[in-house]
Amino acid sequence: METNLITEDKQKNKLEKAFEILKTMASKPSGLIGLSIVLFHVVLALLSPYIAPYDYKAISPNTMLLAPSAEHWFGTDSLGRDVFTRTILGGRTALTVTFFGSLIALLWGGLLGIFCGLVGGKIDDVVMRVVDAFLSIPWILAMLLIVSLLGTSTEVLIPALGFFYGKGIVRVARAATHDVIAKDFIVSARARGHSNMSIIWNEIIPNVRDAILVEGAMRWSWMLLGFSSLSFLGFGVSPPTPDWGLMISNARGLMSFAYWSVIAPIVGLSSLIIGINLTADAFAKALGIDRSTKAPV
Amino acid sequence: MLLLILKRIGLGLITLFIVSLITFVGVEVLPGDACTTYLEREAYGAALDACIKRLGLDVPAYERYLDWASNVVRGDFGYSLSGEMPINEVLGPRVKNSLVLASVSILIGIPLAIILGIITALWRDKLPDIMISTITIFSMTIPEFISATLLILIVAIWLGWLPGIVIIPSDATFYELLSNIILPVVAISMIMTAHMARMVRSSVIQVMASDYVQMAILKGVPYWKMVFRHVLPNALLPAINVVALTIAWLLGGVVVTEVVFNYPGLGRLVIESISNRDLPVVQALAIILASIYVGINLIADLMTLMLNPRLKSLQIRK
Amino acid sequence: MNEIIESVKNLSIGFNSQKGKQISILRNVSTNIKKGETVGIVGESGSGKSTLALAMMGYIKQGLFPLKGECLFKSKDLLKMSSRQLEKIRGRKIAMIPQNAGQALTPNLKIGYQIDEALKLHTDLNKTERDKKISELLNKVRLPSPETMAFRYPHELSGGQQQRVAVAMALAGKPDLLLLDEPTTGLDVTTQAHVLELLRFIAKDTGTSMIYVSHDLGAIAQVSDRIVVMYAGEIVLEGPARKILKEPIHPYTYGLLKSIPKLSLAGLPASMPGSQPQPGSINEGCSFYDRCNLATDNCKKNSPDLEHIKELDTNVRCFNYKELINQNNNLQTSITKKSNNSEANEVLKLKDVSISYAKQKFFDQLLNKISDQNPTVKDINIDIKKGETIALVGESGSGKSTILKSIAGLLKTKDGQIKFENDRILSSDLKMRNPNDLRAIQLIFQNPDESLNPNHTVEQILSQPLKLYFNLSGEELKKNIIDLLKKVRLGEFYMSRYPRQLSGGEKQRVAVARAFAAKPDIILCDEVTSALDVSVQAAVLNLLQQLKEDLGTTYVFVSHDLAVVRAISDRVAVLYQGRLCEIGPSQNVYKFPSHPYTEVLLGAVLEPDPDIKPKLVAEDIVEEKPPEKGCSFQGRCPRKIGDICNSEIPPWQIGENGNAIRCHINIEELASLQQ
Repeated sequence: METNLITEDKQKNKLEKAFEILKTMASKPSGLIGLSIVLFHVVLALLSPYIAPYDYKAISPNTMLLAPSAEHWFGTDSLGRDVFTRTILGGRTALTVTFFGSLIALLWGGLLGIFCGLVGGKIDDVVMRVVDAFLSIPWILAMLLIVSLLGTSTEVLIPALGFFYGKGIVRVARAATHDVIAKDFIVSARARGHSNMSIIWNEIIPNVRDAILVEGAMRWSWMLLGFSSLSFLGFGVSPPTPDWGLMISNARGLMSFAYWSVIAPIVGLSSLIIGINLTADAFAKALGIDRSTKAPV
Repeated sequence: MLLLILKRIGLGLITLFIVSLITFVGVEVLPGDACTTYLEREAYGAALDACIKRLGLDVPAYERYLDWASNVVRGDFGYSLSGEMPINEVLGPRVKNSLVLASVSILIGIPLAIILGIITALWRDKLPDIMISTITIFSMTIPEFISATLLILIVAIWLGWLPGIVIIPSDATFYELLSNIILPVVAISMIMTAHMARMVRSSVIQVMASDYVQMAILKGVPYWKMVFRHVLPNALLPAINVVALTIAWLLGGVVVTEVVFNYPGLGRLVIESISNRDLPVVQALAIILASIYVGINLIADLMTLMLNPRLKSLQIRK
Repeated sequence: MNEIIESVKNLSIGFNSQKGKQISILRNVSTNIKKGETVGIVGESGSGKSTLALAMMGYIKQGLFPLKGECLFKSKDLLKMSSRQLEKIRGRKIAMIPQNAGQALTPNLKIGYQIDEALKLHTDLNKTERDKKISELLNKVRLPSPETMAFRYPHELSGGQQQRVAVAMALAGKPDLLLLDEPTTGLDVTTQAHVLELLRFIAKDTGTSMIYVSHDLGAIAQVSDRIVVMYAGEIVLEGPARKILKEPIHPYTYGLLKSIPKLSLAGLPASMPGSQPQPGSINEGCSFYDRCNLATDNCKKNSPDLEHIKELDTNVRCFNYKELINQNNNLQTSITKKSNNSEANEVLKLKDVSISYAKQKFFDQLLNKISDQNPTVKDINIDIKKGETIALVGESGSGKSTILKSIAGLLKTKDGQIKFENDRILSSDLKMRNPNDLRAIQLIFQNPDESLNPNHTVEQILSQPLKLYFNLSGEELKKNIIDLLKKVRLGEFYMSRYPRQLSGGEKQRVAVARAFAAKPDIILCDEVTSALDVSVQAAVLNLLQQLKEDLGTTYVFVSHDLAVVRAISDRVAVLYQGRLCEIGPSQNVYKFPSHPYTEVLLGAVLEPDPDIKPKLVAEDIVEEKPPEKGCSFQGRCPRKIGDICNSEIPPWQIGENGNAIRCHINIEELASLQQ
């Protein structure tokens, strides 16, 4: 209805555009909340080593399972470690691993999806079949197997998570490419005789970029969920590194009398996942993409 | 029509074949074979030889694959390393238990999701929608292990209404299972219901904006009749496939939930077999879980085929 | 006859913009519908005509709301009724026939059920009576085999049949008032004429009042007693149909009528400058001020009221309408175009071209041949001269766009050759063509929304061909882009705009500029004006003609609209089911004798003139595949002479003036039959 945008005369540069999108995202309460949560966590992850009041791995038998107090804001755990210290440090590994993991997922998933959508035919059929097969093995089984055989270092976790969470992006990128290549402007470019590379770069990528980015953002929150599940099961970060999933898992057995050591990491992890989710949702809406009809695969 | 169904089934089988290849190759490529991984430090001398003999690791890989695959087709997954018993016997009760857990969750989750989805769509941006949508966002983003832990903390520990941990043997009777699965079911169906409700919501909203719904209104069709005859069939049809994908995706969540509640199902077996490095069991689990995934999607495809008038008419013409 | 059924009083409808401003898309609309009359509401897209029609059923689209005024149906305000009350009126007193029946019929419900639903709601008939009524209704709208029709799903019917079902459904409740929202838009020419004829019959037969909303003055002229002309949310002219069409006294209507290409007139229609303002952009003065050639300073500051002129029985919203009263005799004029030199060389030859969409069978794929015996397009022979405009005409499925794609190299031919310049064969594979051939043949598409990359600025769009073919960069590139924009009459400041910031006409101008950027010899135009509003269409046609005269370009112009083709082309080729029926200089093709299919097409054209009625000579059956043998038109031909039409491909016959007709009937005989 409101197409009278003739007022925007000068071409906006990329930075201004990004700022515009941020502004649109923050204009709704859910987007604003999401953005602030994510910002808070990122800042916390950067600053926490400097503001942590205690040593996160200092075991002390004298201070086991203390309730929250002025000294220990969130109490202490079964080994006498300060829960506040461990909580503010607990998101660093998860954030880094999943951020780079989703970058990898975004890259390989997006490129393969665009490629499949563009070439179509037999190659596309075969690739999609294989992707489907990978999709049908529960990610948790595959991840557990890989981690148990190769170890839990970040060099293993990042590419493995990136690989298993990229499959869904392949589908999205492929579908978006399919939509675009049917359009006349692609036909027009082909009829003019542009090379395939030039068509991908000039015509397709600008038009599928938004959909893929939104998918990547969404995948970040799911990867965080998956990664913390791995930690929880004892296949993620190795102790004594503080990690929310691991902390919940360790404190769970004692929660009938020391609930604080469970609550703090739960709040930390949940708020981060919700924050990323809200941000991704607002990001999608700001770009005009409806993604609630899609399955979380 | 029949051809279409056969084609879908064929595609499913191809997927399973690729899965079997992936799991087999995957296990081959990862460092260490089944015996060395399992025996770890004792992997030398007679023990290793015996193990290799038993698993037939001394024959070439492709022969082993063919042998293994043909056994799997016949329903025989071979022997588990740790229990030294047929994998089928290990799996049997676990499959049953997980099936009970999953089907109860689905039976509760799907109708609930549809109802919530419809309510939020019809009262879009009004109070019921805002409330339900906020709750769904929370329950769909919070990991299962957190919601499960919180459920135990609140319902079992603080309120003391239900047992927090399932303490039944894996061969418990159906009735024994039922009384123990309330909390696990809540934990699993929460996230699933939230996902599906969101999909139903946007599907209904899309259909409500269609020309044919406007036409039905202009024809004088009463509101609720319009919702049930004109909107829902068209809105729910495309949702079937997405729902199937969601269910399949949640298989991973079932694993975690079973661990939290100590529930003796497939999920816990996954963790146990991986901790024990029992690769033959892991392979069997991969095939089984993949079959469930393929099966659910197949059912969804067939349901869509049956219900879609466009494909129904295909049947009449042929 | 004079009883008023529904009256709209000072109705304004609007929405809230994102910036919180209230923007109205209907402003102060008042009109009355009398019993038994048919009122045509005409306007371009965005004029508010559909919003008005829906409001007359008490329906306001989501996001919109009434600002003031009322819609009185039998003196009760529909806009104030509860939904319960409205359910009693909708379908029973006022019924709607929607624009696109294909989308307005619920896909999961059978035709019979959907009509039955209306009967159940609005009549007291029992089950058996209703079943009888359903086949009666389906019969009335002239659907074939009404018994089985009831058991079919909407998607199993053709567009024309779906539209008829919608009519039957609307008639089920025996309404006093029928609202028709563009009921024939999107249908083929012949189908459109048939549906209109049916509607006219129903109006006469049942005495129902009708409101016919359309952008097409041709269709409106055929059915209306009275016409309401809308512009930018206002009524600008209202009066008896004949008066409005023959002596329009509002400058917009006058210009609109002049900009419509007519069959009876060779040459290009006069164009109107600019385009309709967007809702919310009019602050003061007359909304037509920018485009009006009668405008004075007064028009800029003050907006005119709707003034009643007694002697003409007309309402008009213009200060200067009197100037038009005596000017109307020159409505039937057009711009003559420079005819090209017929001695010129042939630049493109299609020789025995066949194109098949059929999928290759497995074995043929191995042998790399296409085995389809009955291809979509077959035996096309056309020689195109340098500098001429040749039009390919036909309904949907005639293969006209398919041929165009093959020339462009986007579709492989099955047989035959496409020769370019001095009989050099062009490869049917795009990748095998040399860059110069690719440059020489350019395409312009139907819908500029799809043919321009939404993420590129006009500058980026135009620089693509310039960079590709001429390796331009920097200042030179920019200079060329500005030149191109000037050529299509767009200013330099358009360079930084994105397509979404342009109007439909402006977008199409950019697409034209992009095609000309390659300095092509041939431009293939695929329905280039059919997505545009009438007043904009004429301007684009004139632009194309001007460019051609300046640069000597050759056009291959594909269209379904015979009047547009008449206006722009030098030569016409008529296609049916992928086979040529007739080809010749346009003035001759539009004269008799012609191929029976051309005759059918010409007969179905709707002219914006109440005195020219369409002639319906053939059934509007939809054929999905061309016949295996014999004449391609055998299935629908009104002049079929017998078995020979089914078994043998008709011979080419050349008429006196050089138009060739492919028919078994002797050409002199055809001439006498068609007199």
